[in-house]
Amino acid sequence: MSVGNFPFVIAALLVAFGLYALLFKRNLIKMVIGISLVETGVNLFLVMVGYRSGGAAPIYTYATAGERMVLPTPQALTLTSIVIGLATTALLLSFAVFVHRHYGTLDVRKIKELRG
Amino acid sequence: MNALTVHAPVLLVAVPLLGAFATPLIGKLGRRTRDLFVGLIVAVTAALAGLLAANFFASGAAPSVYVLGGRAFNMPLPSGMMVPIRILFEVDGMSAFMTLITALVTLAGAYFSFSYWKERSGGSMYYSLLLLLTAGIFGMELTGDMFNFFVFLEITSIAACGLIGFRVWLRKSQEAGFKVMTLYTLSGLFVLLAIALLYGQHGALNIGFLASQIGSIGASLVDKIALGLLLTGLAMKAGAVPLHMWAPDAYGEAPAPMSAVLVANSQASLYALFRVLFTLFGVGATLSANGWILIVFAMLTIFVGVTMALVQSDIKRLIAYGAVSQIGYMLLGVGVGLVRRASLLAGGAALADKADALDYGFVAMQGGIFHMLNDAACIGLLFLTTGAVIRASGTRDLNKMGGLAHRMKWTTIFFIIGAFALAGIPPFNGFASKFLIYEASFKLSPFLSVIAILSSIMLLAVFVKAFQGAFLGSKTGLSDAGEAPFGMLLPMAVLALVVIAFGLFPGFFVDTIVTPAARALWLGPSEYIGAVLGGG
Repeated sequence: MSVGNFPFVIAALLVAFGLYALLFKRNLIKMVIGISLVETGVNLFLVMVGYRSGGAAPIYTYATAGERMVLPTPQALTLTSIVIGLATTALLLSFAVFVHRHYGTLDVRKIKELRG
Repeated sequence: MNALTVHAPVLLVAVPLLGAFATPLIGKLGRRTRDLFVGLIVAVTAALAGLLAANFFASGAAPSVYVLGGRAFNMPLPSGMMVPIRILFEVDGMSAFMTLITALVTLAGAYFSFSYWKERSGGSMYYSLLLLLTAGIFGMELTGDMFNFFVFLEITSIAACGLIGFRVWLRKSQEAGFKVMTLYTLSGLFVLLAIALLYGQHGALNIGFLASQIGSIGASLVDKIALGLLLTGLAMKAGAVPLHMWAPDAYGEAPAPMSAVLVANSQASLYALFRVLFTLFGVGATLSANGWILIVFAMLTIFVGVTMALVQSDIKRLIAYGAVSQIGYMLLGVGVGLVRRASLLAGGAALADKADALDYGFVAMQGGIFHMLNDAACIGLLFLTTGAVIRASGTRDLNKMGGLAHRMKWTTIFFIIGAFALAGIPPFNGFASKFLIYEASFKLSPFLSVIAILSSIMLLAVFVKAFQGAFLGSKTGLSDAGEAPFGMLLPMAVLALVVIAFGLFPGFFVDTIVTPAARALWLGPSEYIGAVLGGG
């Protein structure tokens, strides 16, 4: 069964929702969720770009002779990106925790000592 | 060529990376041992950068490839096309030049910190993050692969935000940390999306290979979308107006010597931007438009940076806006070069001949690239003096400090040198590079150089205000503050000497290191591609 361009549409929607949350939500945690959504969309796009229908997993001993193998580079890139995403999300959330501890709020409109 | 010279590119990343993770362990042995270790790692890294650059510029400045793993890195496809499959580092004039800048700034920043951070807590975290940031910056400058480039970009993002926000007890630093990390992550994701598009289009991630593909079959719509994403993401991370919201917070809230290293980090993104515009998309129909986009960014950055600096009363934030405005001068020089290069290419002229004849486009590029080095030296000097001033007076508010010149004679002199250099007053280095930029951009459009000169004059006014606020006036309640210790004065003196040397002998430095760097970009991607696809 072919899925066509459906995953690309999902990836674009995820990025769009993420950017929307980042730009229009006023809560720091929701902004972090927005960043995570963008990241998920990009990762999905990467996986889709690397997908070859009918290709075998790039493990030399598993593939039968003459079978086409998928290039593992985009998969490696996606894995790396997921790991990096974990680190950035953790760092962002810990900043949000400390911001809340100092300012007593997560509302960006009230956290503005650094203006101008 | 001995082994050290051959492996210098990878060692430049490996040595600070090892140091970064060993520092917290060695920190358990006491402050002195840790400082000694960090000092050693930073010195070795700087020596490696010096070795790499010296070897590169002495050997005729041809791009060289360093292969991680096996020797043969080009795999022939059944169709006969060669595809590079291994992880490659590539050193050309521009990357060798950038490693010198990074080495200079980290050396000064780290050695300054040994005195500056002596009585404060969190030293192990501080040095660990500094070394991680250094490794990331070197990686960004040396890599020849988009995959690698993204990883190093994210390493610098995380390490830089760690440096801004690791003092969790300061409220403003947490606000700055969140803001900067959000924008850094977003810029990283833009770059990643662009990489995915390029991979989908060309099936490879090697910069040289991608450049040869784009050069031979022309940039498709997908390529152009990728270019737009890369431009936005990298300009955001370099702190170009209107994507600069994070920059003054980052430079202002990080510890003073680290602000200098953060400027080097922004410059690494700027380097990547130039690499994308000149190597990846170095031939094609959109060159002139790219150049004008850079010039618009540049004009906004120069003007907004300086005007925002005028209204600051926090000395570090004031210098931070000064640093933002300087990014504009680099963009202006290189943007003018790109526009001129596009018109020459459209006219069918051979670029190599024009480079020898010193076409004004090439002069603009020389100015812009020379200004990167000059800016790193003098903004670094200014941030270090600011650190000394804040340490002595205990405040960052210009209205509360004053009279520091009575006790801090050397710091005062260094501040004057840095401020004059940044404002482009001869005989300091800022003048040398800004003059090249004024001259060349005047040829393209007098309006550009008028704004640039006007902003430089305004920058001088900014520094006069800062100088008057911090150093002049009668001895106040703060007058028991003494001169900065020798350990802090020495790195400042070294940077001041660099500032003066580059200002007095600009011709020598332009000929030996700036011209090969500018040539590497100006001549386009053919040499860069040749080193990858022509090699084993």
